[in-house]
Amino acid sequence: MNSAIVKERPAGFSFAQYLTCLNGIVWREGLRFVHQRERFVSALVRPLVWLFIFAAGFRQVLGISIIPPYETYILYEVYITPGLLAMIQLFNGMQSSLSMVYDREMGNMRTLLVSPMPRWYLLFCKLLAGTAVSVLQVYAFLLIAWFWDIEPPPIGYLTVLPALVLSGLMLGSLGMLISSGIRQLENFAGVMNFVIFPMFFASSALYPLWRVQEGSPMLYYICQINPFTHAVELIRFALYGKMNWVSLAVVCGCTAIFMIGAVLAYDPSRGLSRRGPAGGET
Amino acid sequence: MTMKPDVSIAGDKATTGLHGRSYSGEAALAIEGISHCYGPRQALGDVSFTVAPASFTALLGLNGAGKSTLFSLVTRLFGVQAGRVSIFGHDIGQEPGEALRLLGVVFQPRTLDLDLSVTQNLLYHAALHGIDRRGARLRAGEVLARIGLADRPGSKVRDLSGGQMRRLEIARALLHRPRLLLLDEATVGLDVKARADILGHVRGLVIEQGIGVLWATHLFDEIVPSDDLVILHQGRILAKGEVVRVVAEAKARDLHSAFMHLTGTTPETGGAAP
Repeated sequence: MNSAIVKERPAGFSFAQYLTCLNGIVWREGLRFVHQRERFVSALVRPLVWLFIFAAGFRQVLGISIIPPYETYILYEVYITPGLLAMIQLFNGMQSSLSMVYDREMGNMRTLLVSPMPRWYLLFCKLLAGTAVSVLQVYAFLLIAWFWDIEPPPIGYLTVLPALVLSGLMLGSLGMLISSGIRQLENFAGVMNFVIFPMFFASSALYPLWRVQEGSPMLYYICQINPFTHAVELIRFALYGKMNWVSLAVVCGCTAIFMIGAVLAYDPSRGLSRRGPAGGET
Repeated sequence: MTMKPDVSIAGDKATTGLHGRSYSGEAALAIEGISHCYGPRQALGDVSFTVAPASFTALLGLNGAGKSTLFSLVTRLFGVQAGRVSIFGHDIGQEPGEALRLLGVVFQPRTLDLDLSVTQNLLYHAALHGIDRRGARLRAGEVLARIGLADRPGSKVRDLSGGQMRRLEIARALLHRPRLLLLDEATVGLDVKARADILGHVRGLVIEQGIGVLWATHLFDEIVPSDDLVILHQGRILAKGEVVRVVAEAKARDLHSAFMHLTGTTPETGGAAP
Protein backbone atom coordinates (compact mmCIF):
# COMPACT_ATOMS: atom_id res chain seq x y z
CA MET A 1 0.00 0.00 0.00
CA ASN A 2 1.79 3.08 -1.17
CA SER A 3 0.79 6.51 0.01
CA ALA A 4 0.38 7.63 -3.58
CA ILE A 5 -2.39 5.13 -4.20
CA VAL A 6 -4.14 5.46 -0.85
CA LYS A 7 -7.50 7.10 -1.35
CA GLU A 8 -7.94 10.33 0.56
CA ARG A 9 -10.26 9.79 3.48
CA PRO A 10 -13.20 12.16 3.79
CA ALA A 11 -12.53 15.07 6.10
CA GLY A 12 -14.32 15.28 9.42
CA PHE A 13 -16.56 12.73 11.06
CA SER A 14 -20.16 11.76 10.49
CA PHE A 15 -22.85 11.94 13.17
CA ALA A 16 -22.77 8.13 13.38
CA GLN A 17 -19.03 8.21 14.08
CA TYR A 18 -19.51 10.74 16.88
CA LEU A 19 -22.17 8.47 18.31
CA THR A 20 -19.87 5.45 18.01
CA CYS A 21 -17.23 7.35 19.94
CA LEU A 22 -19.71 8.27 22.67
CA ASN A 23 -20.93 4.68 22.90
CA GLY A 24 -17.36 3.43 23.16
CA ILE A 25 -16.43 5.76 26.00
CA VAL A 26 -19.63 5.06 27.94
CA TRP A 27 -19.17 1.32 27.36
CA ARG A 28 -15.60 1.42 28.62
CA GLU A 29 -16.59 3.44 31.70
CA GLY A 30 -19.35 0.93 32.35
CA LEU A 31 -16.93 -2.00 32.06
CA ARG A 32 -14.54 -0.35 34.48
CA PHE A 33 -17.40 0.22 36.88
CA VAL A 34 -18.43 -3.42 36.66
CA HIS A 35 -14.85 -4.48 37.29
CA GLN A 36 -14.62 -2.25 40.34
CA ARG A 37 -17.51 -3.64 42.39
CA GLU A 38 -16.02 -2.30 45.59
CA ARG A 39 -16.37 1.18 44.11
CA PHE A 40 -20.08 0.60 43.64
CA VAL A 41 -20.50 -0.78 47.13
CA SER A 42 -18.56 2.04 48.78
CA ALA A 43 -20.51 4.59 46.77
CA LEU A 44 -23.68 3.17 48.32
CA VAL A 45 -22.42 2.50 51.82
CA ARG A 46 -21.33 6.09 52.39
CA PRO A 47 -24.77 7.70 51.97
CA LEU A 48 -26.50 4.75 53.62
CA VAL A 49 -24.42 5.27 56.75
CA TRP A 50 -25.52 8.89 56.76
CA LEU A 51 -29.12 7.87 56.25
CA PHE A 52 -29.29 4.99 58.72
CA ILE A 53 -27.07 6.35 61.48
CA PHE A 54 -26.53 10.07 61.19
CA ALA A 55 -30.10 10.95 60.26
CA ALA A 56 -31.55 8.65 62.88
CA GLY A 57 -29.36 10.21 65.52
CA PHE A 58 -30.20 13.77 64.57
CA ARG A 59 -33.89 13.21 63.98
CA GLN A 60 -34.86 14.56 67.37
CA VAL A 61 -32.32 17.35 67.38
CA LEU A 62 -33.05 18.95 64.04
CA GLY A 63 -36.69 19.82 63.52
CA ILE A 64 -37.69 20.61 59.95
CA SER A 65 -40.47 23.13 59.41
CA ILE A 66 -42.60 23.09 56.31
CA ILE A 67 -40.44 24.45 53.52
CA PRO A 68 -40.75 24.08 49.76
CA PRO A 69 -40.98 21.68 48.05
CA TYR A 70 -42.45 19.82 51.04
CA GLU A 71 -46.11 20.38 51.82
CA THR A 72 -46.09 18.89 55.27
CA TYR A 73 -43.75 18.19 58.14
CA ILE A 74 -41.13 15.66 57.18
CA LEU A 75 -38.67 13.43 58.93
CA TYR A 76 -35.03 14.43 58.92
CA GLU A 77 -34.22 11.34 56.85
CA VAL A 78 -36.52 12.61 54.15
CA TYR A 79 -34.90 16.03 54.26
CA ILE A 80 -31.32 14.82 53.82
CA THR A 81 -32.08 12.28 51.09
CA PRO A 82 -31.65 14.77 48.19
CA GLY A 83 -28.41 15.91 49.81
CA LEU A 84 -27.22 12.32 49.93
CA LEU A 85 -28.14 11.83 46.28
CA ALA A 86 -26.02 14.86 45.42
CA MET A 87 -23.31 13.53 47.70
CA ILE A 88 -23.18 10.31 45.66
CA GLN A 89 -22.70 12.42 42.56
CA LEU A 90 -20.12 14.64 44.22
CA PHE A 91 -18.02 11.66 45.25
CA ASN A 92 -18.51 10.04 41.86
CA GLY A 93 -17.40 13.22 40.11
CA MET A 94 -14.28 13.35 42.24
CA GLN A 95 -13.72 9.62 41.77
CA SER A 96 -13.86 10.14 38.02
CA SER A 97 -11.32 12.91 38.23
CA LEU A 98 -9.17 10.69 40.42
CA SER A 99 -9.29 8.03 37.71
CA MET A 100 -8.31 10.66 35.15
CA VAL A 101 -5.26 11.57 37.21
CA TYR A 102 -4.48 7.86 37.54
CA ASP A 103 -4.99 7.31 33.81
CA ARG A 104 -2.72 10.21 33.04
CA GLU A 105 -0.01 8.89 35.33
CA MET A 106 -0.35 5.38 33.95
CA GLY A 107 -0.53 6.57 30.36
CA ASN A 108 -4.10 5.38 29.58
CA MET A 109 -5.27 8.95 29.18
CA ARG A 110 -3.15 9.28 26.06
CA THR A 111 -5.29 6.73 24.28
CA LEU A 112 -8.17 9.12 24.68
CA LEU A 113 -6.31 12.33 23.93
CA VAL A 114 -4.67 11.15 20.69
CA SER A 115 -8.03 10.30 19.18
CA PRO A 116 -8.74 12.38 16.09
CA MET A 117 -12.12 13.38 17.50
CA PRO A 118 -12.30 16.96 18.84
CA ARG A 119 -10.88 17.08 22.32
CA TRP A 120 -13.85 18.95 23.78
CA TYR A 121 -16.07 16.17 22.48
CA LEU A 122 -13.90 13.44 24.01
CA LEU A 123 -13.99 15.16 27.39
CA PHE A 124 -17.73 15.68 27.11
CA CYS A 125 -18.20 11.97 26.33
CA LYS A 126 -16.09 11.06 29.34
CA LEU A 127 -18.19 13.40 31.43
CA LEU A 128 -21.42 11.86 30.18
CA ALA A 129 -20.10 8.38 30.90
CA GLY A 130 -19.23 9.35 34.49
CA THR A 131 -22.64 10.96 34.92
CA ALA A 132 -24.39 7.82 33.66
CA VAL A 133 -22.56 5.78 36.28
CA SER A 134 -23.48 8.23 39.04
CA VAL A 135 -27.15 8.18 38.03
CA LEU A 136 -27.15 4.39 38.30
CA GLN A 137 -25.69 4.67 41.78
CA VAL A 138 -28.33 7.19 42.79
CA TYR A 139 -31.20 4.97 41.67
CA ALA A 140 -29.69 2.03 43.52
CA PHE A 141 -29.59 4.21 46.64
CA LEU A 142 -33.19 5.35 46.13
CA LEU A 143 -34.26 1.73 45.87
CA ILE A 144 -32.68 0.89 49.22
CA ALA A 145 -33.97 4.12 50.76
CA TRP A 146 -37.51 3.17 49.74
CA PHE A 147 -37.35 0.32 52.23
CA TRP A 148 -36.39 2.92 54.84
CA ASP A 149 -39.64 4.78 54.23
CA ILE A 150 -38.10 7.40 51.98
CA GLU A 151 -40.94 7.47 49.50
CA PRO A 152 -41.10 10.43 47.17
CA PRO A 153 -44.11 10.50 44.82
CA PRO A 154 -43.75 7.90 42.04
CA ILE A 155 -43.52 10.61 39.39
CA GLY A 156 -40.55 12.01 41.32
CA TYR A 157 -38.40 9.05 40.28
CA LEU A 158 -38.86 10.21 36.71
CA THR A 159 -38.71 13.97 37.16
CA VAL A 160 -35.52 13.72 39.18
CA LEU A 161 -33.66 12.14 36.27
CA PRO A 162 -32.93 15.38 34.32
CA ALA A 163 -31.88 17.04 37.58
CA LEU A 164 -29.51 14.16 38.30
CA VAL A 165 -28.02 14.38 34.81
CA LEU A 166 -27.49 18.13 35.17
CA SER A 167 -25.99 17.96 38.65
CA GLY A 168 -23.88 14.97 37.58
CA LEU A 169 -22.53 16.97 34.67
CA MET A 170 -21.76 19.94 36.90
CA LEU A 171 -19.95 17.94 39.55
CA GLY A 172 -18.20 15.78 36.95
CA SER A 173 -16.94 18.79 35.03
CA LEU A 174 -15.74 20.31 38.30
CA GLY A 175 -13.82 17.11 38.98
CA MET A 176 -12.43 17.17 35.46
CA LEU A 177 -11.28 20.75 35.91
CA ILE A 178 -9.62 19.86 39.20
CA SER A 179 -7.94 16.79 37.69
CA SER A 180 -6.31 18.94 35.01
CA GLY A 181 -4.45 20.84 37.70
CA ILE A 182 -3.27 17.83 39.70
CA ARG A 183 0.09 16.49 38.65
CA GLN A 184 0.37 13.49 40.92
CA LEU A 185 -2.06 11.03 42.39
CA GLU A 186 -0.77 11.76 45.89
CA ASN A 187 -1.97 15.35 45.61
CA PHE A 188 -5.52 14.18 45.25
CA ALA A 189 -5.93 13.78 49.02
CA GLY A 190 -5.98 17.57 49.18
CA VAL A 191 -9.09 17.58 47.02
CA MET A 192 -10.89 15.68 49.75
CA ASN A 193 -10.02 18.28 52.33
CA PHE A 194 -10.36 21.40 50.24
CA VAL A 195 -13.19 20.58 47.85
CA ILE A 196 -15.44 17.69 48.85
CA PHE A 197 -15.88 18.32 52.55
CA PRO A 198 -16.31 22.12 52.36
CA MET A 199 -18.74 21.76 49.45
CA PHE A 200 -20.80 19.17 51.24
CA PHE A 201 -20.95 20.73 54.68
CA ALA A 202 -21.38 24.34 53.50
CA SER A 203 -24.56 23.49 51.66
CA SER A 204 -28.21 22.71 52.25
CA ALA A 205 -27.54 18.98 52.11
CA LEU A 206 -27.71 18.39 55.86
CA TYR A 207 -29.66 21.37 57.19
CA PRO A 208 -32.06 23.91 55.72
CA LEU A 209 -30.51 27.27 54.97
CA TRP A 210 -32.87 29.18 57.27
CA ARG A 211 -31.39 27.21 60.12
CA VAL A 212 -27.89 28.03 58.96
CA GLN A 213 -28.81 31.70 58.76
CA GLU A 214 -29.95 31.64 62.37
CA GLY A 215 -26.63 30.19 63.44
CA SER A 216 -24.19 32.03 61.18
CA PRO A 217 -25.18 34.64 58.57
CA MET A 218 -21.69 34.39 57.06
CA LEU A 219 -22.01 30.64 56.54
CA TYR A 220 -25.46 31.22 55.10
CA TYR A 221 -24.01 33.42 52.35
CA ILE A 222 -21.26 30.90 51.68
CA CYS A 223 -23.91 28.19 51.33
CA GLN A 224 -25.86 30.42 48.95
CA ILE A 225 -22.95 30.79 46.55
CA ASN A 226 -21.93 27.14 46.81
CA PRO A 227 -22.92 25.42 43.53
CA PHE A 228 -23.42 22.18 45.44
CA THR A 229 -26.28 23.80 47.39
CA HIS A 230 -28.05 24.44 44.10
CA ALA A 231 -27.42 20.90 42.89
CA VAL A 232 -29.04 19.65 46.11
CA GLU A 233 -32.01 22.00 45.78
CA LEU A 234 -32.49 21.15 42.10
CA ILE A 235 -32.63 17.47 43.00
CA ARG A 236 -34.84 18.11 46.04
CA PHE A 237 -37.45 19.98 44.02
CA ALA A 238 -37.29 17.61 41.06
CA LEU A 239 -37.77 14.62 43.36
CA TYR A 240 -41.16 16.09 44.24
CA GLY A 241 -42.06 17.01 40.68
CA LYS A 242 -41.24 20.70 41.10
CA MET A 243 -38.72 23.09 39.66
CA ASN A 244 -36.32 25.44 41.41
CA TRP A 245 -35.47 27.87 38.63
CA VAL A 246 -32.66 29.64 40.45
CA SER A 247 -30.92 26.35 41.15
CA LEU A 248 -31.45 25.26 37.56
CA ALA A 249 -29.81 28.44 36.28
CA VAL A 250 -26.89 28.15 38.70
CA VAL A 251 -26.27 24.48 37.91
CA CYS A 252 -26.44 25.08 34.14
CA GLY A 253 -24.15 28.10 34.39
CA CYS A 254 -21.62 26.35 36.61
CA THR A 255 -21.63 23.29 34.32
CA ALA A 256 -20.80 25.49 31.35
CA ILE A 257 -18.05 27.34 33.23
CA PHE A 258 -16.45 24.19 34.66
CA MET A 259 -16.65 22.39 31.31
CA ILE A 260 -15.09 25.26 29.41
CA GLY A 261 -12.37 25.44 32.06
CA ALA A 262 -11.67 21.71 31.73
CA VAL A 263 -11.53 21.86 27.93
CA LEU A 264 -9.13 24.78 28.10
CA ALA A 265 -7.04 23.02 30.71
CA TYR A 266 -6.77 19.91 28.56
CA ASP A 267 -6.04 21.97 25.45
CA PRO A 268 -2.46 21.10 24.54
CA SER A 269 -1.59 24.66 23.68
CA ARG A 270 -2.71 25.91 27.07
CA GLY A 271 -2.59 23.24 29.71
CA LEU A 272 -0.71 19.98 29.36
CA SER A 273 2.33 21.26 27.50
CA ARG A 274 3.53 23.27 30.44
CA ARG A 275 4.32 20.03 32.21
CA GLY A 276 7.18 17.75 31.33
CA PRO A 277 6.80 14.19 30.07
CA ALA A 278 5.62 11.59 32.54
CA GLY A 279 8.21 10.13 34.87
CA GLY A 280 10.67 7.84 33.20
CA GLU A 281 10.11 9.22 29.75
CA THR A 282 12.74 11.07 27.89
CA MET B 1 29.49 17.72 13.80
CA THR B 2 26.15 19.21 12.93
CA MET B 3 24.74 18.47 9.53
CA LYS B 4 22.77 21.04 7.61
CA PRO B 5 19.14 20.07 7.55
CA ASP B 6 17.99 18.72 4.19
CA VAL B 7 14.69 20.48 4.55
CA SER B 8 11.79 19.07 2.63
CA ILE B 9 8.54 20.91 2.28
CA ALA B 10 5.48 18.86 3.06
CA GLY B 11 3.07 19.12 0.25
CA ASP B 12 5.63 19.28 -2.52
CA LYS B 13 5.04 16.75 -5.22
CA ALA B 14 8.68 15.71 -5.22
CA THR B 15 10.09 15.61 -1.72
CA THR B 16 13.58 14.79 -0.58
CA GLY B 17 13.84 12.43 2.37
CA LEU B 18 16.58 12.11 4.93
CA HIS B 19 18.62 9.87 2.69
CA GLY B 20 18.48 12.24 -0.24
CA ARG B 21 16.26 9.97 -2.30
CA SER B 22 13.16 11.58 -3.74
CA TYR B 23 9.66 10.26 -3.25
CA SER B 24 6.43 11.37 -4.73
CA GLY B 25 3.64 12.87 -2.63
CA GLU B 26 3.76 14.43 0.80
CA ALA B 27 6.07 13.56 3.63
CA ALA B 28 4.48 11.15 6.07
CA LEU B 29 5.80 13.38 8.84
CA ALA B 30 7.35 16.80 8.44
CA ILE B 31 8.87 18.51 11.47
CA GLU B 32 10.03 22.04 10.75
CA GLY B 33 11.90 24.22 13.21
CA ILE B 34 10.35 22.77 16.34
CA SER B 35 11.43 24.19 19.69
CA HIS B 36 9.89 23.43 23.06
CA CYS B 37 10.53 24.67 26.58
CA TYR B 38 9.37 23.55 30.01
CA GLY B 39 9.52 26.87 31.79
CA PRO B 40 13.08 28.12 31.46
CA ARG B 41 14.43 24.70 30.38
CA GLN B 42 14.65 24.11 26.66
CA ALA B 43 13.82 20.51 25.76
CA LEU B 44 13.97 20.87 21.98
CA GLY B 45 15.72 23.49 19.85
CA ASP B 46 15.06 24.06 16.16
CA VAL B 47 14.41 20.43 15.28
CA SER B 48 13.64 19.71 11.61
CA PHE B 49 13.41 16.45 9.70
CA THR B 50 10.99 14.43 7.62
CA VAL B 51 9.86 10.85 7.52
CA ALA B 52 9.06 9.51 4.06
CA PRO B 53 6.12 7.21 3.39
CA ALA B 54 7.14 3.54 3.36
CA SER B 55 10.37 4.24 5.19
CA PHE B 56 11.85 3.28 8.54
CA THR B 57 13.39 6.22 10.35
CA ALA B 58 15.23 5.67 13.61
CA LEU B 59 15.27 8.51 16.12
CA LEU B 60 18.36 7.80 18.16
CA GLY B 61 19.11 9.58 21.40
CA LEU B 62 20.13 9.02 24.98
CA ASN B 63 17.67 9.25 27.83
CA GLY B 64 16.69 12.89 28.18
CA ALA B 65 17.48 13.73 24.55
CA GLY B 66 13.94 15.00 23.96
CA LYS B 67 12.46 12.03 22.09
CA SER B 68 9.34 11.76 24.22
CA THR B 69 8.79 15.51 24.11
CA LEU B 70 8.97 15.32 20.34
CA PHE B 71 6.45 12.47 20.33
CA SER B 72 4.13 14.46 22.59
CA LEU B 73 4.24 17.33 20.12
CA VAL B 74 3.60 15.12 17.10
CA THR B 75 0.64 13.45 18.84
CA ARG B 76 -0.71 16.81 20.04
CA LEU B 77 -0.46 15.90 23.70
CA PHE B 78 1.56 19.11 23.92
CA GLY B 79 0.92 22.24 21.91
CA VAL B 80 3.54 23.36 19.42
CA GLN B 81 5.29 26.43 20.82
CA ALA B 82 7.48 27.16 17.81
CA GLY B 83 7.74 25.52 14.40
CA ARG B 84 5.37 23.26 12.54
CA VAL B 85 4.41 19.58 12.60
CA SER B 86 2.44 18.09 9.74
CA ILE B 87 1.34 14.58 8.90
CA PHE B 88 0.80 13.99 5.19
CA GLY B 89 0.45 17.71 4.79
CA HIS B 90 -2.06 18.19 7.62
CA ASP B 91 -0.80 20.65 10.21
CA ILE B 92 -1.24 19.13 13.68
CA GLY B 93 -2.31 22.48 15.11
CA GLN B 94 -4.63 23.54 12.29
CA GLU B 95 -6.11 20.19 11.29
CA PRO B 96 -5.60 17.91 14.29
CA GLY B 97 -8.40 15.53 13.36
CA GLU B 98 -7.14 14.93 9.85
CA ALA B 99 -3.56 14.58 11.05
CA LEU B 100 -4.30 12.23 13.97
CA ARG B 101 -6.49 9.88 11.97
CA LEU B 102 -3.47 9.11 9.78
CA LEU B 103 -1.28 8.45 12.79
CA GLY B 104 -0.78 5.33 14.89
CA VAL B 105 1.28 5.62 18.02
CA VAL B 106 2.89 3.36 20.61
CA PHE B 107 4.00 5.34 23.64
CA GLN B 108 6.89 4.52 25.90
CA PRO B 109 4.74 3.74 28.95
CA ARG B 110 2.04 1.09 28.61
CA THR B 111 -1.28 2.67 27.71
CA LEU B 112 -3.48 -0.42 27.74
CA ASP B 113 -6.38 -0.89 30.10
CA LEU B 114 -5.24 -3.86 32.18
CA ASP B 115 -8.72 -4.75 33.41
CA LEU B 116 -10.14 -5.09 29.91
CA SER B 117 -9.60 -7.97 27.52
CA VAL B 118 -7.46 -7.83 24.39
CA THR B 119 -10.49 -7.36 22.15
CA GLN B 120 -12.12 -4.83 24.48
CA ASN B 121 -9.00 -2.66 24.35
CA LEU B 122 -9.11 -2.77 20.56
CA LEU B 123 -12.83 -2.02 20.40
CA TYR B 124 -12.37 0.97 22.68
CA HIS B 125 -9.63 2.33 20.47
CA ALA B 126 -11.78 1.74 17.38
CA ALA B 127 -14.64 3.68 18.95
CA LEU B 128 -12.32 6.61 19.60
CA HIS B 129 -11.72 6.67 15.86
CA GLY B 130 -15.42 6.43 15.04
CA ILE B 131 -15.19 2.86 13.71
CA ASP B 132 -18.47 1.02 14.27
CA ARG B 133 -18.58 -2.15 16.35
CA ARG B 134 -18.96 -4.55 13.44
CA GLY B 135 -16.13 -3.05 11.45
CA ALA B 136 -14.02 -2.87 14.59
CA ARG B 137 -14.45 -6.58 15.30
CA LEU B 138 -13.38 -7.44 11.77
CA ARG B 139 -10.33 -5.21 11.99
CA ALA B 140 -9.49 -6.49 15.47
CA GLY B 141 -9.43 -10.04 14.13
CA GLU B 142 -7.18 -8.97 11.28
CA VAL B 143 -4.63 -7.09 13.36
CA LEU B 144 -4.54 -9.76 16.06
CA ALA B 145 -3.85 -12.41 13.45
CA ARG B 146 -1.12 -10.28 11.92
CA ILE B 147 0.53 -9.62 15.24
CA GLY B 148 0.29 -13.20 16.45
CA LEU B 149 -2.31 -12.76 19.17
CA ALA B 150 -5.24 -14.34 17.38
CA ASP B 151 -5.48 -17.02 20.08
CA ARG B 152 -5.80 -14.47 22.93
CA PRO B 153 -8.77 -12.21 22.06
CA GLY B 154 -10.56 -12.82 25.34
CA SER B 155 -7.53 -12.72 27.61
CA LYS B 156 -7.27 -10.00 30.21
CA VAL B 157 -4.44 -7.69 29.29
CA ARG B 158 -2.87 -8.04 32.72
CA ASP B 159 -2.39 -11.76 31.98
CA LEU B 160 -0.24 -11.05 28.91
CA SER B 161 3.54 -10.98 28.91
CA GLY B 162 5.43 -7.74 28.35
CA GLY B 163 6.14 -8.65 24.73
CA GLN B 164 2.51 -9.57 24.09
CA MET B 165 1.37 -6.28 25.56
CA ARG B 166 3.68 -4.41 23.25
CA ARG B 167 2.44 -6.39 20.28
CA LEU B 168 -1.13 -5.61 21.33
CA GLU B 169 -0.26 -1.92 21.48
CA ILE B 170 1.11 -2.13 17.96
CA ALA B 171 -2.03 -3.97 16.84
CA ARG B 172 -4.10 -1.24 18.43
CA ALA B 173 -2.05 1.46 16.72
CA LEU B 174 -2.72 -0.25 13.37
CA LEU B 175 -6.43 -0.78 13.90
CA HIS B 176 -7.55 2.43 12.22
CA ARG B 177 -5.16 1.79 9.31
CA PRO B 178 -2.76 4.67 9.82
CA ARG B 179 -0.17 5.69 7.25
CA LEU B 180 2.38 6.81 9.79
CA LEU B 181 3.41 4.86 12.87
CA LEU B 182 5.33 6.32 15.81
CA LEU B 183 6.95 4.02 18.34
CA ASP B 184 8.64 5.49 21.39
CA GLU B 185 11.17 3.06 22.91
CA ALA B 186 8.75 0.26 22.08
CA THR B 187 11.15 -2.54 23.05
CA VAL B 188 12.28 -1.24 26.42
CA GLY B 189 12.14 -3.92 29.08
CA LEU B 190 11.65 -6.79 26.63
CA ASP B 191 13.87 -9.82 26.16
CA VAL B 192 15.99 -10.27 23.04
CA LYS B 193 13.50 -12.49 21.23
CA ALA B 194 10.52 -10.25 21.92
CA ARG B 195 12.53 -7.24 20.77
CA ALA B 196 13.51 -8.95 17.54
CA ASP B 197 9.94 -10.08 16.89
CA ILE B 198 8.51 -6.61 17.34
CA LEU B 199 11.20 -4.92 15.32
CA GLY B 200 10.81 -7.48 12.53
CA HIS B 201 7.08 -6.98 12.49
CA VAL B 202 7.35 -3.20 12.27
CA ARG B 203 9.89 -3.44 9.47
CA GLY B 204 7.47 -5.76 7.70
CA LEU B 205 4.76 -3.11 7.92
CA VAL B 206 7.00 -0.68 6.06
CA ILE B 207 7.56 -3.11 3.22
CA GLU B 208 4.14 -4.73 3.00
CA GLN B 209 1.86 -1.81 3.78
CA GLY B 210 3.93 1.21 2.90
CA ILE B 211 3.61 2.68 6.36
CA GLY B 212 6.08 5.37 7.36
CA VAL B 213 7.68 4.51 10.71
CA LEU B 214 9.45 6.74 13.21
CA TRP B 215 11.17 4.47 15.72
CA ALA B 216 12.60 6.20 18.77
CA THR B 217 15.32 4.22 20.50
CA HIS B 218 18.58 4.42 22.37
CA LEU B 219 19.66 0.95 21.25
CA PHE B 220 22.11 0.79 18.33
CA ASP B 221 21.40 -2.83 17.48
CA GLU B 222 17.85 -1.93 16.44
CA ILE B 223 19.17 0.16 13.54
CA VAL B 224 20.42 -1.24 10.24
CA PRO B 225 22.67 0.56 7.71
CA SER B 226 19.89 1.20 5.20
CA ASP B 227 17.64 2.94 7.75
CA ASP B 228 17.10 6.64 7.84
CA LEU B 229 18.50 8.08 11.03
CA VAL B 230 18.03 11.16 13.15
CA ILE B 231 20.41 11.65 16.07
CA LEU B 232 18.87 13.79 18.78
CA HIS B 233 21.02 14.96 21.64
CA GLN B 234 20.10 17.45 24.36
CA GLY B 235 17.15 18.61 22.31
CA ARG B 236 19.08 19.26 19.10
CA ILE B 237 19.64 17.26 15.95
CA LEU B 238 23.29 16.38 15.53
CA ALA B 239 22.99 14.36 12.35
CA LYS B 240 20.43 12.95 10.00
CA GLY B 241 20.42 10.91 6.84
CA GLU B 242 20.96 7.31 5.88
CA VAL B 243 22.94 5.47 8.54
CA VAL B 244 25.89 4.71 6.25
CA ARG B 245 26.10 8.37 5.30
CA VAL B 246 26.00 9.55 8.92
CA VAL B 247 28.75 7.08 9.80
CA ALA B 248 30.84 8.10 6.81
CA GLU B 249 30.49 11.80 7.49
CA ALA B 250 31.45 11.28 11.11
CA LYS B 251 34.53 9.40 9.83
CA ALA B 252 33.65 6.58 12.20
CA ARG B 253 33.86 2.83 11.71
CA ASP B 254 30.31 2.10 12.90
CA LEU B 255 27.18 3.79 14.20
CA HIS B 256 28.19 3.36 17.80
CA SER B 257 31.46 5.18 17.25
CA ALA B 258 29.76 7.84 15.15
CA PHE B 259 27.23 8.45 17.89
CA MET B 260 29.89 8.71 20.57
CA HIS B 261 31.90 11.04 18.38
CA LEU B 262 28.92 13.29 17.57
CA THR B 263 27.57 13.49 21.08
CA GLY B 264 30.94 13.66 22.78
CA THR B 265 29.96 10.82 25.07
CA THR B 266 31.88 7.74 26.05
CA PRO B 267 30.44 4.25 26.43
CA GLU B 268 30.52 4.82 30.19
CA THR B 269 28.63 8.12 30.10
CA GLY B 270 26.58 7.40 27.04
CA GLY B 271 24.33 4.82 28.57
CA ALA B 272 23.27 3.39 25.23
CA ALA B 273 23.66 -0.29 24.64
CA PRO B 274 26.24 -1.18 22.03
